[in-house]
Amino acid sequence: MIGTGISVNSITARRRHPLARVAVVALALGLLGGGYALTAPNGSTADAAIASGKADDVAQGKSLFVAHCASCHGLNAEGTKKAPTLIGVGAAAVNFQVSSGRMPAADAGPQAPRKPRAEWATDQAVDQLAAYVQSLGGGPTVPSAEQVDPAKGDPAKGGELFRANCIQCHNFVGAGGALTYGKYAPPLNPATPTQIYEAMATGPQAMPVFNDSTITPEQKRDMIAYITHVRSQVDPGGSGLGRIGPVTEGLVAWVVGLSLLILASIWITAKKRRAA
Amino acid sequence: MNAPPKAIAGASTFVDDRIGAGNFLKRNLRKIFPDHWSFLLGEIALYSFVILLLTGTFLTFWFKPGMAEVTYTGNYAPLYGVKMSEAYASALNISFDVRGGLLMRQIHHWAALLFVGGMTVHMLRIFFTGAYRKPRELNWIIGILLLSLALLEGLTGYSLPDDLLSGAGLRITQGVAQSIPIVGTYVSFFLFGGEYPGHDVISRFYSIHILLIPGILLALVSAHMILMWVQKHTQMPGKNRTDKNVVGAPFYPAFMIKSGAFFLFTFGVIALLGTFAQINPIWLFGPYTPADISAGSQPDWYMGFLEGALRLMPSWEINFLDHTVTFSVLIPALVPLGLVMTGLALYPFLEQWVTGDRREHHIADRPRNNPHRTAIGISGMTFYGILWLLGANDELSANFHLDLYSTTWFGRFAIFIGPAIAYWITYRMCIGLQRKDAEVLSHGVESGVIKRMPNGQYIEVHTPPAEDIAEHIRGKQEIPMLESAEDGEGIPPKGARSALGRLRLKMSQAYGTDRVPLTDGHHEEGHEEEHAGVGAGDRKELH
Amino acid sequence: MTEQNEYPESGRVRARVIGTPPADAPIVDTDPIHAPEGVPGVIPQDPVKARKAERLVALLFLVTFLAGAGFIASYVIFQVGTIDKTAASNFALGGTLALALLALAAGLTVWVRQIMPKYNLVQERHDMRSDDGTREYVKETFVQGADESGFVKHRLLRRTLLLAAAPLGLAPLVLLKDLGPLPGTALRHTVWGEPTKDGKPRRLVVEGSGQPIRAADFNSPGGILSVVPEGYEEDLNALAKATLILLKFRPEELKSGTNLNWTHDGIVAYSKICTHVGCPAALYEQTTHHILCPCHQSTFDAADGARVVFGPAARPLPQLPIGIDEEGYLVAKSDFKVPVGPSFWERGDAEAEARENAS
Repeated sequence: MIGTGISVNSITARRRHPLARVAVVALALGLLGGGYALTAPNGSTADAAIASGKADDVAQGKSLFVAHCASCHGLNAEGTKKAPTLIGVGAAAVNFQVSSGRMPAADAGPQAPRKPRAEWATDQAVDQLAAYVQSLGGGPTVPSAEQVDPAKGDPAKGGELFRANCIQCHNFVGAGGALTYGKYAPPLNPATPTQIYEAMATGPQAMPVFNDSTITPEQKRDMIAYITHVRSQVDPGGSGLGRIGPVTEGLVAWVVGLSLLILASIWITAKKRRAA
Repeated sequence: MNAPPKAIAGASTFVDDRIGAGNFLKRNLRKIFPDHWSFLLGEIALYSFVILLLTGTFLTFWFKPGMAEVTYTGNYAPLYGVKMSEAYASALNISFDVRGGLLMRQIHHWAALLFVGGMTVHMLRIFFTGAYRKPRELNWIIGILLLSLALLEGLTGYSLPDDLLSGAGLRITQGVAQSIPIVGTYVSFFLFGGEYPGHDVISRFYSIHILLIPGILLALVSAHMILMWVQKHTQMPGKNRTDKNVVGAPFYPAFMIKSGAFFLFTFGVIALLGTFAQINPIWLFGPYTPADISAGSQPDWYMGFLEGALRLMPSWEINFLDHTVTFSVLIPALVPLGLVMTGLALYPFLEQWVTGDRREHHIADRPRNNPHRTAIGISGMTFYGILWLLGANDELSANFHLDLYSTTWFGRFAIFIGPAIAYWITYRMCIGLQRKDAEVLSHGVESGVIKRMPNGQYIEVHTPPAEDIAEHIRGKQEIPMLESAEDGEGIPPKGARSALGRLRLKMSQAYGTDRVPLTDGHHEEGHEEEHAGVGAGDRKELH
Repeated sequence: MTEQNEYPESGRVRARVIGTPPADAPIVDTDPIHAPEGVPGVIPQDPVKARKAERLVALLFLVTFLAGAGFIASYVIFQVGTIDKTAASNFALGGTLALALLALAAGLTVWVRQIMPKYNLVQERHDMRSDDGTREYVKETFVQGADESGFVKHRLLRRTLLLAAAPLGLAPLVLLKDLGPLPGTALRHTVWGEPTKDGKPRRLVVEGSGQPIRAADFNSPGGILSVVPEGYEEDLNALAKATLILLKFRPEELKSGTNLNWTHDGIVAYSKICTHVGCPAALYEQTTHHILCPCHQSTFDAADGARVVFGPAARPLPQLPIGIDEEGYLVAKSDFKVPVGPSFWERGDAEAEARENAS
């Protein structure tokens, strides 16, 4: 596990190297010039391509990218006015955004909502796309099945980290919450363990990044264990009322409780009208 | 049955020989209680209070009001091994390791919500029917005290489990206390035994929550009941009902059974909620630490309006001479609560001052028949309602995808405009309803029978209203006005010479003017012509 | 108990109940269910309907009996211990209890509505005020008693009594003094300013795991961490003032409001305690650099010294001067320069003072 952490770090560190930017820009310009060069001139990105998949996948991913993503993110993922560059966001970001249906975005709202996946976005297509973007500039990779296995995490430890880092936006059970200007922290219930991990590692949209050196992969797995444990747990006290706290409780007290009691009081005191 | 059973007779004789209870029972057994569904609203609060005392006592058997740190080793797995306060651990223990503990906790909490809810609707009923008028002003004030104490009781109870949500409420309470000019820092240090959160506040709130406030509440509730009993209940206008009598069912046996049934309904509905609707799931919140908070941290509903006021307020703080006054906390924490509670407490006396009415009232007003009072009430409810809504603006924003700041801006304007619009609409609605009443009395109600006149005109036949309805409508009472008549020399009466006096006179006239006087059901000629199209024929049907 | 319509011994309460038995009949004689017909205000029910209702009431009472027995059985059968068991127990106990109560309530209501007679009885009211004679009597008695007591005449007695009462009245207030220590300057300092045991600067550690943070590891722009002081990870009093949020920026993102001398390589530390009423303000949007407080939605611009951009908070979140120690871990260089958390009366314009001291 530690090994993974360090290797991701080193990729991230190289990605953040000032020269990496220059290299990336040079690469983008070269591609724009008309050359259909697939092999990246940068050592680290080539490593990443190899690490995350076959060169075929990268090629397939490229064509998927051109077909479905390039209109906003630019032909070579360099970014446009509409959408940011994807160079360096890593395979994890692609997997998160596309597998959760957020990308391709439907329209320009304050935030891309979770929705059913695009038809073309099969698991294989997502992997290929991710491999392509990974090949462009490194970044966080998709976690292994073991890294996100809730059974291997400690939910009690994860709960403490979850309360320290996540609930201020996502609420105490991950029911979601409001942010500024129409943005919101989405509910965590539909998110798969892999997506939860990827969201922490990549910081999609307004969400901050929790990189592996500050919140270790084990700690992320503990949090996943807590989130999945609590969301699958029964509500022993009856309906959970959305698990968003006192707002729905108050609503139920008035709409159900007081209404029922007022009906009872009407029944007790009602008079039959005598026929006139 | 010709004689009471021996057991009852024997016991009664024993008691009567010693305390003369017979005299009391003679006067009171057949005490008359008028029937109206809205007269039972206060009982929701009364019976919730009884349920709170019962379930609360149960909870104290296991709850440990301590802030010492313990490591949780109970049955709730996701918190196993987590460090927490004794109070939180024991609250978890009640929920998961005591049979019926979770049910009692939930019933206690639901009963608390309905306690304040019942008080609120009861108070609104009293207000809109003018049942606070002489001789009931004292009981009205007792009611306001009860409501204020209930809020405090709720606040202290909400804090006891020491979970992350309750701690957020406590933190806000502390922040507000600390902002009070001059004494705030001392208030906070004395309340918390030093710096926040300290190690004392839970045990202090515990004794306030289970002893001090319930004791006062119990005393005031008793006084409230005794005054109601002595003054006899108000009644709705109707046939043979006057300010000098009370019409209804006797306490023994009918009202007693009805009350008992309503207690059981209240307990039953609360038990239903406690079974099927989870409330305050403290195990999901985690233990309190001042470093963490959850999105959507909210108070219980009755504190929501204060939360909304705090959210609505723009930032405003002044520094002078090395001291700080933070209006962005003080104004929202004190002004809405002060306005609502003081306004309610003073209303009976202000109304008397404006109308000059010193008579006793035992017939309740129908809300439409005092349009200004009703409009003021709805206006106040709108004010409260907007703050209340804003107290949940984050949940509204998250669940309906609204822009958070837009909801705040909406509230900042609506808090001033909303009550004014509500006042105008309500006033017009009251006048409209009064017209409807007048029409029912003068024209009768539509019978659904269409009749063709010899001249080819179609009319709908109107029939006179049922007697009880007509009497109910005729129960409308005039609102008295101050004497405004200038005497022969054009000099206004003594009280109306100052600016305040003139204002009072103007208000009195506005408040008391009856815009839709009822006719007695017999029609003057002019009236008939006005409605000739409908009229002519159906008059014959009526008479 | 034999006279119903007159109360000769009590002048005030002369409630005359129309429709109750004549004055000479014993009240307990009257079985209300079989009240004689023709008495005004007591309208008996149709006996056929009443008999039908009786069967319904009996059924409802039986349901209550069964549900009540079920409650006791549930208590014995359903144990607690796990969350699923608790759920089953809560469901069984609550369901039987609610059913028992509601069935009993419904039974009583049907009883009172369909078996007992309809009542339309009238009772007289009387003015609440006592009559003039009584008032006069009370007034005279009061004056007489006051004179007899000598309270008015004996001035010395009166004054010393009032004097004697004053300190006793204050005593309960005095006793409350030890509720808490005086504030002193406690609100102006946090544990970040206290030296550690070995005299080194205090490290920042991750809340929840207690790990120190190497600046080189906290290297993803848009990153956030909730941070507590080393050695005080579980001291709630310390955390209530000293908790931080640690943010990582790209250097070009930082604006003039942020004191760059107090940052390290784009890493900035702000107090997590909201300056409004003290909730942890920690909703961070890495795209806008907004820090939002979930309690009352005060919003701070983290890139610009956490100045307030929306909401009721009046002051920015204080920034903590941070640096690294020789091992590369983040440490506090000093305490906050201004008091953290909500405002208080003695606070004053600490920001202006801090600026003066700095220049």
